[in-house]
Amino acid sequence: MAALPDQLPDQPAEPLVEQPAERPVGRIRFMDRQRVNLDGFAVEDPGLGLVALRSPGDPAPSLVIQDGRVTELDGVAEPDFDSIDAFIARHGLDLAVAGEAMSLPDTAFAHRLVSPDVPRAEIIRLSGGATPAKLARVLALLRPAELGLAMTKLRGRRTPSNQAHVTNRLDDPLLLAADSATAAAFGFREVETTVPVLADAPSNAVACLIGASVASPGVLIQCSVEEALELELGMRGLTSYAETISLYGTEQVFTDGDDTPWSKAFLTSAYASRGMKMRVSSGAGAEVLMAGAEEKSMLYLEARCVALARAIGAQGVQNGGIDGASVAASVPGGLRELMAENLMAMMRNLESCSGNDALMSESDMRRTSRTLPIVLAGSDFVFSGFGSIQRYDNMFGPSNFNAEDIDDFLAMQRDWGIDGGLRTVPAGRIAALRREAAQACRAVYRHLGLADFTDEHVELAVDAAGSKDLGETDTLAVVGAAHAIREGGLTVVDVVAALDETGYEHVAEKIMDMARARLSGDYLQTAAIFDESLRVLSLVTDPNDYAGPGTGYEPAPARQAEIDAIRQARGVADLRAEQAASAAAGLLTPTGPATPGHDPRDVVIGVSPAVGRDVWRSLSGLTVPEVLGELLAGLEEEGCTGRVVRFSGTVDLGRIGLAAARLAGSGIGIGLQGKGTALIHRRDLAPLANLELYSVAPSVTPELYRLLGANAARHAKGGTPDPARNPYSDEAIEARYHTTVIALMALERAWVEPGAPAEELSRKGLQ
Amino acid sequence: MTAEPRRGAAIGGSGGSPPRDSTALSGRPVRELTLEAVRRGEIGLPDLRIHPDSLEAQAVVAERHGNPQLAANLRRAAELTVLGDDEVLAIYDALRPGRSTPAQLTELAASLAGRGLPRCAALVTEAAEVCERRGLTR
Repeated sequence: MAALPDQLPDQPAEPLVEQPAERPVGRIRFMDRQRVNLDGFAVEDPGLGLVALRSPGDPAPSLVIQDGRVTELDGVAEPDFDSIDAFIARHGLDLAVAGEAMSLPDTAFAHRLVSPDVPRAEIIRLSGGATPAKLARVLALLRPAELGLAMTKLRGRRTPSNQAHVTNRLDDPLLLAADSATAAAFGFREVETTVPVLADAPSNAVACLIGASVASPGVLIQCSVEEALELELGMRGLTSYAETISLYGTEQVFTDGDDTPWSKAFLTSAYASRGMKMRVSSGAGAEVLMAGAEEKSMLYLEARCVALARAIGAQGVQNGGIDGASVAASVPGGLRELMAENLMAMMRNLESCSGNDALMSESDMRRTSRTLPIVLAGSDFVFSGFGSIQRYDNMFGPSNFNAEDIDDFLAMQRDWGIDGGLRTVPAGRIAALRREAAQACRAVYRHLGLADFTDEHVELAVDAAGSKDLGETDTLAVVGAAHAIREGGLTVVDVVAALDETGYEHVAEKIMDMARARLSGDYLQTAAIFDESLRVLSLVTDPNDYAGPGTGYEPAPARQAEIDAIRQARGVADLRAEQAASAAAGLLTPTGPATPGHDPRDVVIGVSPAVGRDVWRSLSGLTVPEVLGELLAGLEEEGCTGRVVRFSGTVDLGRIGLAAARLAGSGIGIGLQGKGTALIHRRDLAPLANLELYSVAPSVTPELYRLLGANAARHAKGGTPDPARNPYSDEAIEARYHTTVIALMALERAWVEPGAPAEELSRKGLQ
Repeated sequence: MTAEPRRGAAIGGSGGSPPRDSTALSGRPVRELTLEAVRRGEIGLPDLRIHPDSLEAQAVVAERHGNPQLAANLRRAAELTVLGDDEVLAIYDALRPGRSTPAQLTELAASLAGRGLPRCAALVTEAAEVCERRGLTR
């Protein structure tokens, strides 16, 4: 881009829209620099499929049935059915309710989605008879809050859950094991891995299996790779679910994806035949990106995908844009469309694995805006891949939330009092699990002759926040290990035996428990996960029973406590201990009752009740003696003398400052609360009318305290000093310190004794 | 790997209760799948594979919970337990676009039907018909 002129033209400007090269004003230039403007925003264009909820190219819903056979589907007559139409027409619809569902007005249908008085089962029944175009029209009517309410009611499983991505740039097995254990500890019940180097896949599957099993029984493992290899890993028991079986909404793109509805249906059965859980993957944007949207809206095309998913017998759908999430997000109403996709799967009585797994914006606010409604509503899986590792290590591409955001997510769960599937893990437990996972993985690789890793490598993997912390590693060793796993026909039985023989019997037991639990097939039902007691939670065993306020899923007290107890939470006891650690013995000891001074250069520094008792460190990080030292030095610089007097009658700083002024020979006092707030007062003023005030205690520096002392002295001498300015900060000072302030004030309040005499404190050691 | 299904699985009533006396594809009762048995070298992959009767039991549960399509899938899966991995992958490939002639698909369907996989055979028959009409066969 050519440099823009610095000067505006002398002549009145033409309208900006006609002179795009003209330099915009500073306000616009400033706005242009914000991160959201790195995102791409598209003009709605139905011709390209760049339209979210409804396109002129979408067919009107229609369904004609003759002799029990669908002869017209959404405006297409049977002889013209494409392969997707044909499969849906033959397998996807409940013809017994079709008449009722198709004749129900769209708004009446939409009303039922939201109304708590219409049970989920009734929606499932009706939706079974509705065509893709019908459901798309109905869902396009829902406003955002209505989408949320419908999701709370319509998801299959009562208990929400979450899925993690666990990958790294190096396919390093020890780091994968440590990170998989970490993900399981945080509460993720599915772990999805993939590879930058396809040949490494078997090694990644083994490492993630070992790591997750160290931390928790029953975590489902997926290795997302090319279909034949993925199925092979599942057949050997190394993985336990699959979800990257892609469906598309137009026949052309489906064919470009090298599948037919029948090959996908067969593959779905193939996974089930090996006892593997499986869901399909679809979502807005895929057809647009392949220039094959055929002028249809994203929601309509996804309606076809979800109808097909149901028709082929998949138990669930991963949708909500997935890799195309940013395509949907680029058009008006795009985020509504993404959430409607999830709801579409729920209406078809399928598990929803609700996207949020691709970074859809450079803006933290936009990506939060995209994800939050789903987290609040609750889904079977609120993420179909929360990046539990750092962005740079996510070999799916960065997720919408990543390791950078885990603490944010935990705080959001707590803020809203909802269950997003995660929990806080004590730092010591994370360390112990990472160590055991990395060591167990190394032991198995060594025992099976796959690879030999050094002690140093184990230590690096345990401590690593990401693969960049590992330094140079031997990536050929990984390829070799993966090759040996694949060519040697290694199975989960070999992994179990190796764990057992290398001292990890309890981990081996967990994997055997899981292998046994899988054989009943209960986890092949819709929306199934294993909980940590290896109970299956699914649409069958844990059905969603939401029917309005006071019903449906509520975290059990123990789970709620997990959600609430984030590691950053502090109470008064924590603060008391922190303050006690800063106590300085022998400083600020009482020397007797304070008496009025007569020297015109006498200035009294009044301190709050807990100073020298329970409160020793102010919010700025300076100790109270350090603050007093600066104030006294400032007074002395201007030729005055300071005394330190503690007032136990009140915590109010105005009253403390005024009382100090009234004791002082000069009539000038300084008030100082233990937390660091300070002011200058004069004996003839009202309590709240001080001369100078430092209200933002966390930002006050030693130099500013010294200046306050000097200014107090100038007041004492009758001068009019230039008042010191409160330091300004654009940080969330209140968010950072308010909880501490509350605890500090509780400590102060505990020492209040109404009518208590003021006592002079020793100045010894303060300067 | 081809395994002969033997004894069936018993899924408790509504499908919500834990498995009792399920059996692996090999015929080994699930309760015998212990670490001790692994140590004795007795456990192979067929002992960790799901039995077709368990899939049938799950199909019944899926039907009861409003998903006949999932039930149909689980019943196709029950049939596929008798096929080896390579054959399963080969059939999958045959159903992909442009891989098979209509005649080859018809032949495949007949073969599956003849070997006791009628549901899978029906799926292939349907694929042959529609894919030919849509130009998705070879």
